[in-house]
Amino acid sequence: MKEVVLTPKEQPSYGLIAECISCDVFAGKSIDEIKALPVYYGNKQGELGDFFEISGEVASSAEEQRIVIAGDVPKTRWIGKEMSAGEIVVKGSAEMYVGAWMRGGKIIVEGNVGAFSGMLMQGGELYVKGNAGDYLGCSYRGEWRGMRGGTIIVEGNAGMEVGQNLNGGRIFVKGSVESFAGVRMKKGLLVVGSATDRVGAQMVGGTIVVLGNVLRLLPSFDPAGEVENPSVADESFEGVFNKYTGDHAERHAKGVLYVRKE
Amino acid sequence: MSGLILKNGYVYDPLNGIKGEKMDICIENGKIVEEVSDAKVIDCSGKVVMPGGVEIHSHLAGGKVNVGRMLRPEDHLKNVYPKTKLTRAANGYSTPSTFLTGYLYAKLGYTTAFTAALPPLMARHTHEELHDIPMLDKGALTLMGNNWFIMRYLKRGDVELAAAFVAWLLKAVKGYAIKVVNPGGGEAWGWGRDVRSLDDPVPHFDITPREIISGLVKVNEMLALPHSIHLHANNLGRVGNFATTLETMQVPNGTKPARERQVLQLTHAQFHSYGGDSWKNFASEAESIAKAVNSNENVIIDIGQVVFGDTTTMTADGPMEYYLSSLTGLKWANKNIELETSPGVTPFVYSKRSPVSAVQWAVGLELALHINDAWKVLLTTDHPNGAPFFKYPTIIAWLMSSKYREETMKEVHSAAQKNTTLATIDREYDFYEIATITRAGQAKSLGIQETKGHLGVGADADVAVYDINPEEIDPSRDYKLIEEKFARTSYTIKGGEIVVKDGEIVKVVQGKTLYIDARVDESLEREVMRDIDYYFKRFYSVNLANYPVQEVYLTNPTPVQIDATNVR
Repeated sequence: MKEVVLTPKEQPSYGLIAECISCDVFAGKSIDEIKALPVYYGNKQGELGDFFEISGEVASSAEEQRIVIAGDVPKTRWIGKEMSAGEIVVKGSAEMYVGAWMRGGKIIVEGNVGAFSGMLMQGGELYVKGNAGDYLGCSYRGEWRGMRGGTIIVEGNAGMEVGQNLNGGRIFVKGSVESFAGVRMKKGLLVVGSATDRVGAQMVGGTIVVLGNVLRLLPSFDPAGEVENPSVADESFEGVFNKYTGDHAERHAKGVLYVRKE
Repeated sequence: MSGLILKNGYVYDPLNGIKGEKMDICIENGKIVEEVSDAKVIDCSGKVVMPGGVEIHSHLAGGKVNVGRMLRPEDHLKNVYPKTKLTRAANGYSTPSTFLTGYLYAKLGYTTAFTAALPPLMARHTHEELHDIPMLDKGALTLMGNNWFIMRYLKRGDVELAAAFVAWLLKAVKGYAIKVVNPGGGEAWGWGRDVRSLDDPVPHFDITPREIISGLVKVNEMLALPHSIHLHANNLGRVGNFATTLETMQVPNGTKPARERQVLQLTHAQFHSYGGDSWKNFASEAESIAKAVNSNENVIIDIGQVVFGDTTTMTADGPMEYYLSSLTGLKWANKNIELETSPGVTPFVYSKRSPVSAVQWAVGLELALHINDAWKVLLTTDHPNGAPFFKYPTIIAWLMSSKYREETMKEVHSAAQKNTTLATIDREYDFYEIATITRAGQAKSLGIQETKGHLGVGADADVAVYDINPEEIDPSRDYKLIEEKFARTSYTIKGGEIVVKDGEIVKVVQGKTLYIDARVDESLEREVMRDIDYYFKRFYSVNLANYPVQEVYLTNPTPVQIDATNVR
């Protein structure tokens, strides 16, 4: 794999729209061409080279490309948008929309990511060592057909509406999530360490597994007994879980919710 | 302004009976003229020249269009155009922004478009949106089928007062024609109900849809409005609704039109031509509807064709939208326009794998192909209900090529083959008929055929030039080329100016806004004003003085003067 290193220079104090940071875009270009890729901030257009020192080797195809962002980019958005292959490593935190519409490849963020990360993912893997913001693995505003495939793993916590409208793929949040995890979920798997309230609201399909506590369960979920070491697809979970089905406030709801018994 | 000569094109001008003759079209001062000196010559040899397209039924602007935009942020994402030196930043697929609507129509060669449903109380907003739609001459069909005043007058048999009210309303809201949507059903929806037949009474008004339709037909002919009444019949989209539609077509029987046109335009007929008795045996009854249209002098239809894909449905038929959203389980918005109407909005996906969508697709084409006289068929998608308007080239290609229809039928659910007659039809439209259903027929139906929809001397210089050589191309075989070429004109000329060249906007212009300015007898007007005054004080949320829309909201206001002082 060939590696291009982006070393952050002075960053704008508001959002830097850098959807060009993607292995698909970089592959086959020269370093100078990469420096000249357009970025947007406020109502201005700039070049990627204005905000990053860029060095390294460019591969001819996205599969062979690795991009390393060597530091914190807490205002940079849309990293890895629509990426289909290759690898991006962020050695710090990034802002919103990391890996939106991602189709393949891998993004590793060593710090935190902002809201709407992994939005409408179709494939690939997004791995976050820190925390994620709200709407992790969600759909675009108004869209009822959500994330279709791929895997998101968050070692820390995530905000509200994780996996909103989830329509396939897997999301693992090892820490806690806030309200409305898996809201309007249809397919796929959402695993969280612990949850607060309204888990699985309006879900009609798919599976949510809570490895710890749920603060409050919705009354529209029906208990369906206890299950020991449940397995969902090829994932299995150790321990005894209370199984629920729902959300029966919806028609023909076939969602499944496991909450580990204390 | 110097002139233009469109030289040597193959001209299709159905209103003047010109079928692909090689001709020169001369333009001066925004009009078609006999000859012109000092003119720029555009070589149109090997190209098709047609009058600018006329759109009779499209949800361009208004309350529910904006609700659709708000309801579907995800729709904006699909079509994004950055700002250019000439054009504004724009977006939207099934709910395009105002500017985009104008640009896209111009690229298709359309130069006139009427918005399908103006709720009177939302008129100011609608005109503000129309104001921001460039490139087109515009007008608004005005919703009246569930209006309290009209239902009361018609129930009492006061047709003259109803006519005077319609005249006042059209002038107040700067509307162009009488649009009737699910007559009575919109009002019943206020009570959580609907009307399901022509003789279901409307709650509290004790009037039936039949009485509303026949009353408004009378009013329309009394006032001799340029367009006929524009009817979205009851039971839209319901299984087996063709019976209601057939009955509805009989309602104006015996009425003599006050002008040279139909007395009833049955709009988006595709949605009203369904047989079967459940979604399981949902079938087409397009043939029986077409037969009825063929034998009825008074009725024409516009198709309301479905094209597969994702769209937003929006209509003033509130109960129908609720019913649809309960079938799909998708998001839904409803509006209540006080004493006037109650629209709804919900997204819809016409899927090739769905038997119902497949039949709907076939029904629209069947209607167009079974109705013998092209003057009785107008091409619409009921934008955006059947599909966004920029899918017209695909529909034109389907109509011109039975091979294309066969190819599509292979891709869609077999219900299209089994439950419709589409596979048995060989008829293919020619360019002349395409020009009829997209321009001439629409202009004639709207009563604007003097200046629009043709290329005779004296017509507005609205012209579309397509890069199609009718002597070389075989539309039946080269349907993909037809689809491609009709999607972007070589030239669109609006009011004598080149606005589109090779599919790109080269000039942005503002069109006219047509509205009806009908004068009625003074004593009749006084009587109606007394009622209006009382109702506004009692029921409306706005003051009467704040209701009428001033001309300043319109681009190039163009009143159509009507003298109806003989109505008394």
